[in-house]
Amino acid sequence: MVGLNKSDFKNPVINWIDTRMPVFTLMQKEYGSFPTPKNFNYFWNFGALAMVNLVLMIITGVFLAMNYAPNSMLAFDSVERIMRDVNWGWLIRYAHMNGASMFFIVVYVHLFRGLYYGSYKAPRELLWMLGVVILLLMMATAFMGYVLPWGQMSYWGATVITNLFSAIPLVGKSIVTWLWGGFAVDNPTLNRFFSLHYLLPFVIVGVVFLHVVALHITGSNNPLGIEVKTPQDTIPFHPYYTIKDSVGICVFFIVLALLVFFAPNFFASPDNYIPANPLQTPAEIVPEWYFLPFYAILRSVPNKLGGVMMMFGAIAVLFVLPWLDTSPVRSARFRPIYRQLFWLLVISVFALGAVGAHRPQGVWVVIGRLATLYYFLHFLVILPILGKLERPLPLPESISRPVLGGGKMPSGATAKPMEKA
Amino acid sequence: MRGLKRLSLSVAAAACAATLASAAWAQAGDKPAAKAPAHEISTADIPVPPLPHIDWSFNGPFGTYDRASAQRGFLIYQQVCSNCHSMDQLYYRNLEGIGLSEDQIKAIAASVQVPGGVNDQGQPIERPGKPSDHFKAPFPNEQAARAANGGALPPDQSVLELAREGGADYLYAILTGYADPPPGVKLMSGMNYNTYFPGHQIAMPQPLQEGSVQYTDGVKPTLDQEAKDVVTFLTWAANPEMEERKQTGVRIILFLIFLTGVTYAVKRRVWSDLH
Amino acid sequence: MADTAAHSSHPGGHSGAGHGPGDGTTKRDFLKMVAGAGALVGAGAIAWPLIDSMNPSQDVLALSSVEVNLAPIPEGSGITVLWQGKPIFVRHRTAAEIKAAEDVKLSDLIEPQSDADRVKPGHAPWIVLIGICTHLGCIPLGNKPTDPRGEWGGWFCPCHGSQYDTSGRVRHGPAPLNLYLPPYAFENDTKIKIG
Repeated sequence: MVGLNKSDFKNPVINWIDTRMPVFTLMQKEYGSFPTPKNFNYFWNFGALAMVNLVLMIITGVFLAMNYAPNSMLAFDSVERIMRDVNWGWLIRYAHMNGASMFFIVVYVHLFRGLYYGSYKAPRELLWMLGVVILLLMMATAFMGYVLPWGQMSYWGATVITNLFSAIPLVGKSIVTWLWGGFAVDNPTLNRFFSLHYLLPFVIVGVVFLHVVALHITGSNNPLGIEVKTPQDTIPFHPYYTIKDSVGICVFFIVLALLVFFAPNFFASPDNYIPANPLQTPAEIVPEWYFLPFYAILRSVPNKLGGVMMMFGAIAVLFVLPWLDTSPVRSARFRPIYRQLFWLLVISVFALGAVGAHRPQGVWVVIGRLATLYYFLHFLVILPILGKLERPLPLPESISRPVLGGGKMPSGATAKPMEKA
Repeated sequence: MRGLKRLSLSVAAAACAATLASAAWAQAGDKPAAKAPAHEISTADIPVPPLPHIDWSFNGPFGTYDRASAQRGFLIYQQVCSNCHSMDQLYYRNLEGIGLSEDQIKAIAASVQVPGGVNDQGQPIERPGKPSDHFKAPFPNEQAARAANGGALPPDQSVLELAREGGADYLYAILTGYADPPPGVKLMSGMNYNTYFPGHQIAMPQPLQEGSVQYTDGVKPTLDQEAKDVVTFLTWAANPEMEERKQTGVRIILFLIFLTGVTYAVKRRVWSDLH
Repeated sequence: MADTAAHSSHPGGHSGAGHGPGDGTTKRDFLKMVAGAGALVGAGAIAWPLIDSMNPSQDVLALSSVEVNLAPIPEGSGITVLWQGKPIFVRHRTAAEIKAAEDVKLSDLIEPQSDADRVKPGHAPWIVLIGICTHLGCIPLGNKPTDPRGEWGGWFCPCHGSQYDTSGRVRHGPAPLNLYLPPYAFENDTKIKIG
């Protein structure tokens, strides 16, 4: 459709632009008046938090790149120079380093919120799958970023992870050589990882855009998991959720600041402060905490190819989750059995995290295998069957009913924010 | 994973109590084997005791470096450590951070000869150090360092505090942890027994003894004091930004708490429209 | 702010449409202002370290000063040395050049400054300048004997034709200012230290 936009904005400059390119109308529609379920709880902050976190990572990353030298002879020293000589370099580097951990915390909460409230179910399957794509891109970006300081963990992490591909029959070895650009992890590897580490975040921005587009077609899920039925069920995104997200963003920055200023190496491995040494593997080699559950799955399988496939399968299974869960009810609030199994899944993922941090000996092997088994059982067996067997609790009529019906609160008297319903 | 290791243990506890119980059982099962009076004991089987926890001046959110202690520590580095250990990331000018004056730093830098480029004939020359020079390394390269130390490479000490699990406490424990090997333990040649070193066999001979250095400020150079001083210096060297970081952090956190409060108040106001 | 008809039934939401009790509205506005100001301060607190990180770092600032041996420079010629990444002109002036520089009437100058103010007392033969044209940053010619030195016998900038005299003062535009003087001092009669 060709034609000028009829802009409602009064400011003449904005109106002039908006008539020719309706970005302001678009923003107003998608983030201003966008009808949003009125019953979000604070778990719905985490999408916005992830967005803020992504921006933070890109900005700090761009400034780090101004001083970082992607060369195996210089990388370690250039990071130390950032820490010591560049004005506020320590702050930017620690913010980037801990920002990565925060990013995974935020995204994992976002993901488990989706699992709990059934946000992956029709019609939001594509929205969910785009989210899994973002998670994969984040993992690749984080992994390559961790290689850049060229410490011992950087080097050996890169070696171990790239060697996963050697499990592929026939071509595995060639693929690994190709990934390395040599016959071991070395300067060519570092160079390409830096290039891709700089590129991928912008790819993530692109997929996040698609994620939001998909979200704004289907509309948001909500804690009750029922569809919006009347305009009374929704409130405009601004100011209600802009201000509520702002509260979450403030808390997010407090947690980040506590890490950056008072425990900057809380998530860090001491070994990465030792320059990379291709002749000596550290005694305890573990990935960053956010990969530990997947690492545990890898090690739980005694077969090389099998372990690699299970590890990637742990994420692949999320892609088909919308079709594995056969229950028509979204929110775990109305699925008494699913709710308990959800927590069992959470426990097994935490257990896998603990297993991944310890040497695969004794009881850790047993726990690792049990948790791995449950992880896949949960998605591949339990969810398809449970949907048919479980008797969900009665669903409320609409989003506004339980809120409005739940005792007429005098305005401002107790002022219990209704989102806690 | 400095903090995380402890955390992951407690997470495991929270996640699965049975897990921990069985882990304890597994450990208990392991121990008798280690303690069995074999006629020759491998040092790898001797458990490492938990690290001592020292009340460092730089602990806590308001901690600062004890300047006098760090300066004494630098003296130890100069007279003892620097014979084998490099500190490549540091410049002499950095010593301002432990309270040395510009003139003191100039004098310290000038006391070493550093490569000074080439002369008009193209021959490499040496010149006295300047504050803008890196700390001079004891050996020109890794091979020379190994050759002079029985094949072992003395690690660079610039970020040693960050590069060891346990940080300052670990370094203190190593410096004070030298002991005679327990009966039945045979050390490899050139190795020394250390209570806290992983595997207990460390190539570095005990570096500090009582009276290893003469302090000029009247402090008694006991082994404990020397270890604390040099660890304070090494912690500063690895984290020269720490004081600025913590001070900035306190201000930022206070500001963020205020901002969170105000934002939450606005949020309550905005949402009070809905009823 | 535009509101679509579909959502006009929604309560409040737009600053102009406040319908709460009067005091509530003012309190909210005040709170909003505080929160907004706080957010601005926060954004500034994030922006400043990033901006400042692009300023010269500590190792760059600490770059050592440069010592120059004057003995090998014959009268009438100059050398160029590098200090903080910038060319420094060191010229050994002849008696005639010194006289020319000293005899100029200050009123003839674009940026009036006496020659005595531009050399160290007792070291009139030596003029030490930052060799960057004050117009747009080119390096003027004139330090080598074969270079054109312009009408005033000093330096000539090839980019836009600015000319400097033997004291490094601008005599012909477009440069607006005299060549800058670096901080330097005489260690002894034949050695200076720049920086």
